This record gives sequence, structure tokens and C-alpha cells, in this order.
Amino acid sequence: MSATPTRSSSWTVRVREAGVAALPPEKLLPDGQPTYVASWIYVFGVASIASLVVIVTSGSILALKGPAWWHYTGVGHFFNSIHMWAVELFFFVMVVHLWGKYWMAAWRGGRAKVWITGAVTFLVAVPTALTGYVSQQNFDAQWISTQAKDGLNSVGVGAFFNVTNFGQMYSYHVLLLPLAVVGLVAAHVLLVRNHGVVPPFKLDERPSLAPIAKDTDGPAVPTGAQS
Amino acid sequence: MLAAVFNLNHPAHTVDWSFIHLSVANVVVIALMLVVFVLAILLPFPGVERRRGGSS
Repeated sequence: MSATPTRSSSWTVRVREAGVAALPPEKLLPDGQPTYVASWIYVFGVASIASLVVIVTSGSILALKGPAWWHYTGVGHFFNSIHMWAVELFFFVMVVHLWGKYWMAAWRGGRAKVWITGAVTFLVAVPTALTGYVSQQNFDAQWISTQAKDGLNSVGVGAFFNVTNFGQMYSYHVLLLPLAVVGLVAAHVLLVRNHGVVPPFKLDERPSLAPIAKDTDGPAVPTGAQS
Repeated sequence: MLAAVFNLNHPAHTVDWSFIHLSVANVVVIALMLVVFVLAILLPFPGVERRRGGSS
């Protein structure tokens, strides 16, 4: 009996072939981008990723050192501030990115999954930030957690988690929710690589803004179309 | 420890309009996002003419 599986029966081969078919190396790591990407409005996606890298790096250092370090030492305060301001920047550039993609209808051309993963990333980032605020181990965290507890209870989701439970919120903040955000961002980027960056609307697809001229001998035509 | 740039020892100032209740700090951030969004559309990107095969 042969122990060697055929190529088609090996799951590793099937996964590899499916991966290469969906994202060949030249699409995964392209040499360049289309000329229409040379606009500031296309910068905010990668700015969001850059902010996320700073957030994860500074957050990892805070997790290594602990609350006493980030509350009572100068370097700890510094990394605490880096972490908080990177989050502010992350939401700032992510919202501008979202506005830009909304107004260029970035779900066009079979890009629905790209749009959905981006929107869901934004929604998951909100509780990720909230659990960070309630994990600070100070009066600010106590105030925010008790206010959030009332708000969450009022909409009926307080039975599933407790924002005044530091251990639970800290676990959410340093493991579960960051995993979700990073995983969603990775899926989002791979989908962008797969489908390409959404192009702007074509000029000739825009409705004519020229005034309509009535021709007594024919149908109404835009003045811009007359020659 | 350095003092805060702004005096924070008072309740937050808010903007109230009908059911809308926002802190001034959040209104400033929203206004900045709008300004950056408009500038991102209007400002030319460095090297855009060269990328599109222009002369400059």
C-alpha cells in the first residue's frame, strides 16, 4: 500500500494552489499601483495600518511592563501616551479613509467584501478602544466603566460581559479584540490586493451638467454634445 | 510632572443642538477630519504629473 498521497488529495497542496490562484505573487506584492492612486485620498488606508502598527507595538510594551510602570515612571507615561495618541490617529485617518471610500463607492467592481471587512474593522475597533479606556487602572477607567455599564445594560448586552470587570476587559483588550482587528485588517488588505484599488468614477459616466438646448427639428440634446 | 497645556480642572465644554450633545474636543476633531478630507481631495499629490507621463 502506498502511503504517498496524490497531489489532489493533499490538503496542503489544495490550500497552496487555491492561495496562489487567488493571489499570485505579482498581485500579492505588486511592482506599482495605477496612476489614479497618486492622490492624497488614497493615503489614509496605509496611514491607518501605520497607526495600527504603532498601537500594537506600544501596547505590547505596556503589556510587558504592567500598570505600575505606565502610571509611575516617566518612560511608562511616554509609552502610555504613544499608545493613546496612536489610537486617536488610527480613528482619525480610518474615518477619513472610510469617507473617501464611501464617496467613491468603493464596493464597485465586485469589491463588496473589501468594503464589508473595512466597515466591520471600524465597528470592532470601537470596543477595542473602549476596553482600553476601562483597563487603565485609574479613576478615569472607573468613571468610564460605570458609565459604559449603564449604557450597555440599557441596550440589553450587559449580560454577556461586564465592563467593570478589569480582568475580563483587559483580556478582551490585549488578546481577543486586537486579534479580531488585526485579522480583519489582514483580510481587508488581501482582498484589496486580490481585487485591486478601486478606480475613481470615469468622467464620461457622469451625468451632463450642460444646459439642455431645445432643437425645433429634433430631440433635446445637451449643448456640450453639439458640434 | 508637566502640567497640561490647557486647564482641564473644570467640566467639559459642550455643544448642544436639539438632541445633539458633543464635547468641544470632539467637535474640534470632527472639524479637523472634514478639513483633512477636503484638503486630501484638493491638494495635488507630489510627482503626480511625472507618474502620468507629464513633462514636470
